[in-house]
Amino acid sequence: MTAPAEILDCRGQRCPLPVIAVARRLPELPVGTVVRVLADDPAAAVDLPAWCRMRGQEFLGTVTGPDGPAYDVRRRH
Amino acid sequence: MTGSTVLGSLSAPHRGDLGHTRAIALTPVSASPVYLDAATAAPLHPVARQALLAALDDGWADPGKLYAQARRARQLLDAARAATAETLGVRPDELSFTPSGTAAAHGAVLGGLSGRRRVGTALVHSAIEHSAVLHAAERHVAGCGTAAEVPVDRLGRVDLDGWAEAVRAPGVALAALIAASHEVGTVQPVAEAAAACAEAGVPLYVDAAQAVGRVPVPAGWSVLSASAHKWGGPPGVGLLVVRKGARWESPWPADDRESGRTPGTVNLPAVVAAAASLRAAAADAAAEAARLTPLVDRIRARVAAEVPDVEVVGDPHHRLPHLVTFSCLYVDGEALLHALDRRGFAVSSGSSCTSSTLRPSHVLEAMGVLSHGNVRVSLHRETTEADVERFLAELPGIVADLRAEAGVVGL
Ligand SMILES: Cc1ncc(COP(=O)(O)O)c(C=O)c1O
Repeated sequence: MTAPAEILDCRGQRCPLPVIAVARRLPELPVGTVVRVLADDPAAAVDLPAWCRMRGQEFLGTVTGPDGPAYDVRRRH
Repeated sequence: MTGSTVLGSLSAPHRGDLGHTRAIALTPVSASPVYLDAATAAPLHPVARQALLAALDDGWADPGKLYAQARRARQLLDAARAATAETLGVRPDELSFTPSGTAAAHGAVLGGLSGRRRVGTALVHSAIEHSAVLHAAERHVAGCGTAAEVPVDRLGRVDLDGWAEAVRAPGVALAALIAASHEVGTVQPVAEAAAACAEAGVPLYVDAAQAVGRVPVPAGWSVLSASAHKWGGPPGVGLLVVRKGARWESPWPADDRESGRTPGTVNLPAVVAAAASLRAAAADAAAEAARLTPLVDRIRARVAAEVPDVEVVGDPHHRLPHLVTFSCLYVDGEALLHALDRRGFAVSSGSSCTSSTLRPSHVLEAMGVLSHGNVRVSLHRETTEADVERFLAELPGIVADLRAEAGVVGL
């Protein structure tokens, strides 16, 4: 799995804020870049993959570590 | 309405507007309010209102006693049961009136499991059951039973192969499938699921709260529940049907009313109103479905075309006639409900910020669709084309304003 180039810390934010954070940041990074989103709102687990599907970006999966739930997203276009 | 006409309303389907009342104008708004949350509670059907008022005068006594007033109440209860059973196509002794759809669902699940505990302790259910079914399942699991959840696809339709495999597993006491999703409207393949259950020898419980009084429910189930306020009856009346020969054992402390299936005195006036309005709703169901289906099609098409970045969810074809759900990207669900309410629109949402648990709807989650900015619109017999047009005219601006406020335009 590609190591994330950047971490977006969205802990404490309620949906849709984590999705908005990714939507803002991802287009600023080169195609192929992986961003890891830390988000403890349970809705993020549903909405980040759904956003990737709607936007044609790649959802790589959920990685739950010491910082709580995290989601990896790759810029595809 | 006199006593004899209360009985009359139970034996003959009523059509037309009797004493039509709009009971929803509470907050002063510029335009008249548009209530679009029938899937939570449909406005009281005029037939229900009339029957309720009459039965308050005539049906307050305890139907179990041995005096004239009680016999009168018993007559009303029997008539309500016979009318409801006839509409559902079941025997009167298979039907019990419960204090809510929730109580009926709890009884259906726990009683169905209890009745077959010698066979096994496993419950199979879809991932999109109503919380009443899921909470009963949790209770069962806490008592050392097991529960297996069958997934749904992106449209909210249960995976039939997964279902067949799950009900074939050893030790399955009961399988539970919602007839049609209360959140996204997708009608479930009940006949196919029932066939798989029959092959495995497992009884099927169908939560038909959103279907009864609106669309036919396929045969093949052993236990069924429904809820009167979904079809225009009063709140606080549920139906629990247990087919003859089905193994079902009451999970409640003993009480011999309602065939021992649900404890307590029935709310007879409400039951009479529920029965009368079910007859009326069922008689009009096909015409109502034909009227509401194209209105929902219009909402589906226009919302998708006129609101940017929106996902209209649920099966576009195999769906309830009156219900549609969509999610607006980057919009807070609670803010959207409040904004719609300020403009006079009453709708529901499966977004986490609108739930007491702050969790997104398990139905949207199981489907893998966007859960924030979610709106469920559900129509009813009083909904007009003009109501729908007003909603469609105002929604794009409301969403655009919220996005502008949040600074997410162009993302
Ligand atoms: C599918 C479904 N089952 C059960 C219920 C519970 O019914 P009630 O509101 O009568 O308790 C509802 C209504 O919320 C429902 O939509």
